[in-house]
Amino acid sequence: MSDPSRPYEAASPPDSGNAGQPAAGGLRAAAGAFAKSLGAAPWSAWFGLAVIAVYVIVAVFAPLIAPYGESEVVGAQFSPWSNAFPLGTDNLGRDTFTRLIYGARNTVGIAFVTTCLAFIIGGGAGLLAATVGRWLDQFLARAVDVLMAIPQLIFAMLLLTIFGTSVPTLIVIIAVLDSTRVFRLARAAGMNVVVMDFVEVARLRGEGLGWVVRREILPNILPPLIAEFGMRFCFVFLLISSLSFLGIGIQPPTADWGSMVRDNAILITYGDITPLLPAAAIALLTVGVNFVVDWFLHETSGLHDES
Amino acid sequence: MMNRENMSDPRDDVVLEMRGLRIEGQNDAGWVEIVKGIDLTLKRGEVLGLIGESGAGKSTIGLAALGYARPGCRISGGVSLFDGADLNVLSEDELRRLRGVRIAYVAQSAAASFNPAHRIIDQFVEVATLHGACDAATARQEAVALYRKLRLPDPETIGDRFPHQVSGGQLQRAMVAMAMACRPDLIVFDEPTTALDVTTQIEVLAAIKDVVRDFNTAAIYITHDLAVVAQLADRIMVLRYGELVEEGETRRVLERPNAAYTRELLASGAARRVGSHVGRAILEIGDVSAAYGASKVLHDVSLSVAEGTTVAIVGESGSGKSTLARVVTGLLPCTGGTVRFDGEELKPTLRERSSVLRRRIQLVHQTPDTSLNPRQRVDEILGRPLTFFHGMTGAARKERMVELLDQIELGEAFLQRYPGELSGGQKQRLCIARALAAEPDLIICDEVTSALDQLVARGILKLLMRLQEELRVSYLFITHDIATVRAIADEVVVMHQGRVVEQGPKEEIFVPPHHAYTELLLASVPQMDPDWLDTIRQTRMAPAQS
Amino acid sequence: MGNILTLVLKRLALGVFVLWIVSLIIFLGVSMLPGDVATEILGRSALPETVAAFRRELGLDLPLHVRYLDWLSGLLSGDLGNSLANGRAISELMGERLGNTVFLAAVAACVAVPVSLMLGLLTALYRGSLFDRLTNLVTLTWMSFPEFFVAYILIMFLSVQLGWFPSLSTMRPGNGFGEALHLAALPALTLTLVVAAHMMRMTRAAIISVLASPYIEMARLKGATRYSLIVRHALPNALAPIINVVAVDLAYLIVGVVVVEVVFVYPGLGQLMVDSVQRRDVPVVQACSLIFAATYVMLNLIADILSILTNPRLLYPR
Repeated sequence: MSDPSRPYEAASPPDSGNAGQPAAGGLRAAAGAFAKSLGAAPWSAWFGLAVIAVYVIVAVFAPLIAPYGESEVVGAQFSPWSNAFPLGTDNLGRDTFTRLIYGARNTVGIAFVTTCLAFIIGGGAGLLAATVGRWLDQFLARAVDVLMAIPQLIFAMLLLTIFGTSVPTLIVIIAVLDSTRVFRLARAAGMNVVVMDFVEVARLRGEGLGWVVRREILPNILPPLIAEFGMRFCFVFLLISSLSFLGIGIQPPTADWGSMVRDNAILITYGDITPLLPAAAIALLTVGVNFVVDWFLHETSGLHDES
Repeated sequence: MMNRENMSDPRDDVVLEMRGLRIEGQNDAGWVEIVKGIDLTLKRGEVLGLIGESGAGKSTIGLAALGYARPGCRISGGVSLFDGADLNVLSEDELRRLRGVRIAYVAQSAAASFNPAHRIIDQFVEVATLHGACDAATARQEAVALYRKLRLPDPETIGDRFPHQVSGGQLQRAMVAMAMACRPDLIVFDEPTTALDVTTQIEVLAAIKDVVRDFNTAAIYITHDLAVVAQLADRIMVLRYGELVEEGETRRVLERPNAAYTRELLASGAARRVGSHVGRAILEIGDVSAAYGASKVLHDVSLSVAEGTTVAIVGESGSGKSTLARVVTGLLPCTGGTVRFDGEELKPTLRERSSVLRRRIQLVHQTPDTSLNPRQRVDEILGRPLTFFHGMTGAARKERMVELLDQIELGEAFLQRYPGELSGGQKQRLCIARALAAEPDLIICDEVTSALDQLVARGILKLLMRLQEELRVSYLFITHDIATVRAIADEVVVMHQGRVVEQGPKEEIFVPPHHAYTELLLASVPQMDPDWLDTIRQTRMAPAQS
Repeated sequence: MGNILTLVLKRLALGVFVLWIVSLIIFLGVSMLPGDVATEILGRSALPETVAAFRRELGLDLPLHVRYLDWLSGLLSGDLGNSLANGRAISELMGERLGNTVFLAAVAACVAVPVSLMLGLLTALYRGSLFDRLTNLVTLTWMSFPEFFVAYILIMFLSVQLGWFPSLSTMRPGNGFGEALHLAALPALTLTLVVAAHMMRMTRAAIISVLASPYIEMARLKGATRYSLIVRHALPNALAPIINVVAVDLAYLIVGVVVVEVVFVYPGLGQLMVDSVQRRDVPVVQACSLIFAATYVMLNLIADILSILTNPRLLYPR
């Protein structure tokens, strides 16, 4: 159980006094504590951070790194690995290495945008429900219960059938579906803080909803929300990859890891591991993010296992 | 069950002997010593009181008497001889054979320490049969006999209930019965009455005293309350920061304490000037009723608070005293009656009240840990009400904050700190300063000292009284602690089950004749006198069942 | 006991209500389809008269609530409508596939549940040991793999290189149990691996939180044996959270079936749904969604009811 009454990290005394920006000061102190505990992070967390950094660099500089254009047909179908095509070519004769690099940009980018959107919708609604309470809370909570009664992948498939499979619809549908999970967490975490006496003090003072949410509640539920962001990203990333793999996610000719596996899966039966590379790329990033989240949760929960 | 061995054998007279016991606890920095070389000897049939404030290491020592250290703690030195064997070196299996049979434990919270999945009597039978002492049927009879001896209601059937179906005081007695199952040589009582109301506490204390005496069991009784330990212990050890402060026979320690710290603990609360002010009433509550949903918790409560005075509302849990505070602050709309503040009728909800009214009535909560936002620095905690109510900014605000910190006896250096870096007492002072920042006429203090250690609490009371003299602020002081009432109140209101049973100036309330409930309440508060419990039990014809 | 019965009945009623809302969402969602199913199938170049005739045939000219009630009463009587793609009755299309999917999920669950509960228990008991830490890293890694990655790795090693199992699970009605098991081995193993990691971690967390309770400390101080500590004191209290974990993961398994079936070309419900989504065969997608959702709701309902039945606070009210 997390205890919001206690700071998740013994906050170090901040250096400069800036009474005008107290909340920022709080964040700065938290960031300082974060940096301090980074030094003592286990190798798995370092590994995760390194993986994430590499993916970000590849995604940002994709056009500079990739030898060919994203959907440029450059050779024969299914060419083997060679100097010209480091990882061979795919079923249409496009360079696999190039598509792998562009995939970082597309697959990861879309998943990231989707997760952000899910957090804005779910986090906002969850905090509102926790703070306002009463009928709004009841209504939102029941609505989310019903939405969550349908398995996500199935619901996504149903909605994609109805609305079609363009990238914006994909993002919106997955974000809305996933925001239900964010809503639950934000609401539960928010509820734990709302019952605290310091929130009552703010209410007694006559503070508005905005102040209570931003200054009193949000700073106290940031750690679990950040951890949740990592986990939701992994989930969304895997979900979108699965949909793409099933042929109903990101559509050709956009380079995307899920559909790359699908298009070239036939090679596996001949013992060629090339189609596994995009799948491995997905797995590696998810592993990296999960390692970082695991360490972060361990740090922030204050649950240092005794041994 | 187990036959007591020959008690006259002098070699067998010492049950437990600890020499140079050291225990370490783990924190962020590593292992820190929390018990620093304690010597302790306990004879058969003797009750030893371990007394101290939080952080004294008393519970840790108590658990070490069972050869147990909580997760995150380790026994790092010394010997604990029980029946010739050193508990600190015995294997887990050997310890297991001692625990429950020859050394038993009674925990602070029986509600948390009974397994919620099993019936009470089954948990008794488990201990009795675990080590092959007897069969289940005999154990059941034994349990019923003990329940009867401990004066539990319906001793035949109470054991068939689940823990959640039994009240706290009864559960605590059932736990004492469980500890007695195998007639152990030693029982460790770890604050068994701390969570109970005074009228319930007295029953449990009496029960413990009886069984320990009748079975000639040695006991370690751990508590922070000297008056409680005075009733039970033959000898007292006063502990502070894991070290022994003073040890001696109970009467001697109470009457002629050697150490300054013991004297401080014994000193009664800060005395208050007598003579109440007859001033203008600032708060008038008339026939107020309130309810949570369908259950009515306040019935026609009337009282008034005069300017610059303190009215203490005293009552046990469920008396409705905190609900009254919620009604006055506007957190809970009343269902009937009126609340007038400075002559003006208060609107039932917070939303309808003006900013000025919200400023003039301030609330200080019980637990400082939860009433300060751990993510805000002291300068924001204090600065916000200054900006919000008085529009202060910049240097003027800073100056006022320093002034407020001075008033609560903390310095300017605290401005840059987070609540997590303050002690419990400092936090509560900060809460008071935050209330003062609004420049209120009335501060509602909701059990402001009950989460604090005795000496710290006394400091807070002194501070509140000094502030009242300086600022002429009124207090509505809610508490369950009679000693606190004696220390701080001008007027006293006694509440029971949502009704006011008696009210008047302190001098009158504490002088007989009392209302029946006030009588019970006052008589249940343990006194420093070691004979108090026996006397009170003789005067009471039939003990009230909790 | 009457109290418990009302509680259980309430949950059941809630479950039915949720299912009804789900059916409403599934039905209304489709009616929001841009354009119309008829135009969708016949193409934009179709003559208006043809479209109108087709609409009548499909019953699309009727008002929404009439169509919904028709659809719902059809569902309740086992008539799921006809496929747009080939006009066959959906119940007929599904019959055998549903059985195949249930078989696959059941095989996976039979392996995954006991194995992960055991592992969860062991890692919780030996918390902080090398075994625990290693399991933590492995399961965390494993959980991060997409299902199709796990599936293809298994194909690569167990099918292509070692040749123990077929890489395509071509189930046929005439297959014996042993043969079916052999064919379903790889997909079942994939599902097991994907679900077990999560289930194990959750079980571990549930047991650890129970082991931290004061009554466990009390039991130790009463001299309870290690066995009694776990079986008598911890397990009854960990039961409700563990039941929940199992339910969540079985529900996840149902969803995981979709991807796994596609990889192994396993003739199950998941594959039917994917095919129909690609063809935009709306009635089939609706029916499949409803069946998946109903299973999901049911699993959660069972978990709910079981945790009521294992909670003495609810069984024996004050």
